[in-house]
Formats: sequence, C-alpha cells, structure tokens
Amino acid sequence: MALVALTAHELCSMLKARQVSCLEVTQAVLERISAVDGEVRAYVTVTADQALETARAVDEQIARGDEPGPLTGIPVAVKDNMCTQGILTTCSSRILYNFVPPYDATVVERLAKAGSVMVGKTNLDEFAMGSSTENSGLFTTHNPWNLTRVPGGSSGGSAAAVAADEAIVALGSDTGGSIRQPASFCGVVGLKPTYGRVSRYGLVAFASSLDQIGPITKDVTDAALLLQAIAGKDPLDSTSVDVPVPDYLSSLQNDVKGLRIGVPKEFFAQGVQPEIADAVWKSIELLGSLGADYREIPMPIMEYTLPTYYILAPAEASSNLARYDGVRYGLRSKHSPDVVTMLVKTRGEGFGAEVKQRIMIGTYALSAGYYDAYYLKAQKVRTLVRQAYDEAFKEFDVLISPTSPTVAFGIGERVDDPFQMKLADVCTIPVNLAGIPAISLTCGFHDGLPIGMQIMGKPFDEEALLRVAYTFEQNTDYRKRKPAL
Amino acid sequence: MLVRATIVKLTKEEVEHVAWLARLELTDEEKERLTGHLNQIMAHFEKLQELDTADVEPTSHSIPVQNVFREDVVGPCLPIEDVLSAAPETADDCFVVPQVVEM
Repeated sequence: MALVALTAHELCSMLKARQVSCLEVTQAVLERISAVDGEVRAYVTVTADQALETARAVDEQIARGDEPGPLTGIPVAVKDNMCTQGILTTCSSRILYNFVPPYDATVVERLAKAGSVMVGKTNLDEFAMGSSTENSGLFTTHNPWNLTRVPGGSSGGSAAAVAADEAIVALGSDTGGSIRQPASFCGVVGLKPTYGRVSRYGLVAFASSLDQIGPITKDVTDAALLLQAIAGKDPLDSTSVDVPVPDYLSSLQNDVKGLRIGVPKEFFAQGVQPEIADAVWKSIELLGSLGADYREIPMPIMEYTLPTYYILAPAEASSNLARYDGVRYGLRSKHSPDVVTMLVKTRGEGFGAEVKQRIMIGTYALSAGYYDAYYLKAQKVRTLVRQAYDEAFKEFDVLISPTSPTVAFGIGERVDDPFQMKLADVCTIPVNLAGIPAISLTCGFHDGLPIGMQIMGKPFDEEALLRVAYTFEQNTDYRKRKPAL
Repeated sequence: MLVRATIVKLTKEEVEHVAWLARLELTDEEKERLTGHLNQIMAHFEKLQELDTADVEPTSHSIPVQNVFREDVVGPCLPIEDVLSAAPETADDCFVVPQVVEM
C-alpha cells in the first residue's frame, strides 16, 4: 500500500522501526498533493519547504536516538482558521487575504511538540460559516468521492485532504457540525471534543461559546492519538477546563457488552434520507448483536435547536467579527478618507455574502427591543437542550444518530436556499448547544457516497465515543474503501 | 410571563439601519437580497415562541466556568514589531488610521 494511504499509527510504528524516514513520508504526501489537489482543491497554502525542513530535523532526531513524540514524523493539515506563526492564515476570507500571524495557536504548538510535520492550511467556508466550502472567499473544495459534490463544511478542506490522502491527519473546528458533517460527507472520522477539552487560543473566533477544535482522521485510533496530543487545560484559554486528560488509546477496546445506547427518534425525522436512516439503524443493530442494549427515545426539544443555533451563533459572530476594522491586520479599503468610512468600506469589501448575512442576523437579534425575544429566548432554549441530554445520559452511555440527513449534495445545488443549506447541520447543532462530545464515522454508502453515523456522549467522556466507534470499525469494512481519484 | 415576539417584517430601511449598527456597507443589490433572506430566516425563529421558558435560566456557556484568575506576573509578550507586522499602515511603533481629530 502507498505510504500516503497509511494511518498515523501505522506510520508511527514504521518510523520507530526505521522502515521509512520522515522525509520519505513527507515527500510522498507533498507529491500526492501535487498530483490530486488541482482537482480536489483542499489546500489554501501548502507549506512544502517548511515541511521538508521539519522532516529532515525529525529524521536527525530519530537518528540521534531521541525519544520520539507520539506523532513524530506525521504529516498534518491544519484548517486555515488556526493561527500559524509566519504562515498565511486567511479564514478563506478576503478580509484576511494577507494575514500572517505573529504567533501559533496552542493546538499548532502542541502538534509540533508531538513531532508532527505541518504540510499546509486547508480551505473552509469563510470564517467557518457554512456547510459546503461554497462560502469560501477563495474557491470551493471538491469531494474526493465525486468531484461534482461538495465535501461538506466548514472544515471541508481538512476532510477532503484526509480522504484524498493529501494529509495523514488534520485538524478541523466545529461550531455547529463543521468537523463531523464534512467527515461524514468525505468518509473519514471526525471528533468534536467536549467544549473546554481543547484550547481555542489562536483559533479565529466565530461563536465562542460553541467553537471547539478536533481531529479529522482516517480511523478511530488516529482520532484518539490526535486528541491525546491536543487535549488539556491551557492558561491562554480561560474556557479550557482543568479536567485530567485520560489515556485515550486505552479506550480503544473492541467491546460494547452491556453498553446502553439511546436512539433519539427526532434525529431520524427532519428530511433524513431513508437510505441513511436504514444504514444507521443497521449499525445500531450490529452494536446490539455485539452485546450493547439499545432503545429508541423521544427528545422533542430537538425540533427547536436549529432556530436556537441560528440566533446564538450569529449573535456571537456579529460581536467577534467587529474586530475586522482595517486597523491592526488584514484588508483596509483603499477608500478610507476617515475612520468611519474606512470601517464600513473595509467590512463591505472584505466580507462575503454569508458572513454579512450572519452579522446582520446577529446584530438584529442583539439590538434594542429584540434582545429578550430572540437572544435571551434562545439562551433559555439552550438550557432545555442541555437538560434533555442530561436526562438521557442518566439512562444511556451514548446516543446514536445520523451525522447529516443526506449524503454529500451537488456543488451549487443549495446555494440559493439559506434554510435548506442549514438543514445539513440539523443533527450536529444540538451537540454544540449542549457542549457535549460527538464523533462521526462511516457506516455505509449511498450512490457511491459515504454515510456518517454520529455517536454522542457525556461531557468529558470522549472515551465512551472512542470505544463504541472503535468496536464498530473493527467489526465492519467501510473504513477500507477509498475514493478512486 | 411569556415573551411574545411580534413578527416584524423587516423593511429595506430597517436593514439599512442594522447594517449601520454593524458598520457594514451594503450595495443596493445586497440590501434587496438580505431583506428577503433575513425575513425568511426570522420567520423560522418564531417557532421558539411555542416553548414556555418563563422558569428557565438562560445558558451562555455549556460549561460553567467563572472567575478564572492567574497570578499577576508579567509573562512573555510579543515584540512590538511582530504585533505591528500585519497592519496595513504603521509609524513610530503605532497603528496608523485616518485622521480622527480636527486640526
């Protein structure tokens, strides 16, 4: 099998046994990018020179006999909304077209410490607002399984890169499903950790009470490996939580005996394709045959999560994006005779249509006279969503649903219908509102496109998700299918 | 008490006002499109009024974290030139903006 098709844990063993060098692995990934990224368009920036330099340094460390880090020599892609010192960080927005951060995000620093080699920055919907990468201010990424389809979003570049073997592992960020939904569309594993599990320092803020960084990988073991490297309290992010980080690799057990699975039936309504409902139910039955108990449960509050999210996320975004003013970084309009004109013109020229729409919704929802009816109301419904999960987790260890109601849709198919596009996130949004962790992995195919299953867990119980996902992966063959590029 | 949102149909003038609050210049075409899209999206928000939330506390963060303190000691800071490195215009270790005060 080609080097680029291997997982991080497979390559780690080979690197340790000196069967392959880090330079060889990195070169193989860079060659793969040259060969297929013209069609897939996963990357905004490929950092080939720095990657080769890092790879040589890693090989020297290995030759010296230094103790290798847990990700030593592993080529990784990073979503272009995480700051990388000295390397362009655009958020796929015209307003940050030339932004070179003076510091690294904590996750980028931790990945480097773990020995990984960053090969580039991946495309996203502008400021992570979208479900297809069609809102990117730069270009649209294509789904490696079918180039006429979207890769999902907003971490579509990271998911497509991993699916197309243009990176061994990648980082994404997830505010309403932006790791899990593209992972589902591209047939890879995507894990959104508990809010507070991973530092957001250096992640360009979209909706700060919902944003979380997590791994996008080829298999569950790699997701555990990557989470291990990035999890934990960070003094630079006061919302990161000081909860001990367990040994995630030890949760990788092929055993679900006695595990209690809840199946919230509302997640199977709202426009879910029958083929997807079938595939997810068959997967639940498979886990049942392996010794898990499962039962359908009602969670009626789920019908209200989409409007709740589309008040809270834009409200937070409208406040966070106030910082793009043409003063400290990024674009400044050429027509800036005075400060106010500079502000309105820079923002008018720099933001794309979707970002403008969300800033408008958020500003309106927070404006005098409407705050109680929209923002406060949504915050209260958010409490009800969390309570519904807390209730469910008294009875169940995990909950299972589809990740997205459909397989990857066609490029251009949904751009004119704002609500239809947002339905792609109907199963993933509740998880962010509640702050709980969830993982998506492939559980079938329809029309040659992957179907994603979402497993949700208790706060800070990523271990249960990893155990169930690992068991499912060990007892099925979906993971072995590759897109024909 | 149940807060009732009166369904306000947003006019183009209100869209212009909100755009001003957000310091966002919009073209006429953008104003037209946004007026339509915003009304479409706001209509979905009305669904929340079906829920009685009179006795429900609001949640701003899913994890209740409060008063995160650290020792008041100076840590490593970025050099001024690094902080200014991404700015469109700088002079004398400062960000430069169009003139604010009448001379």
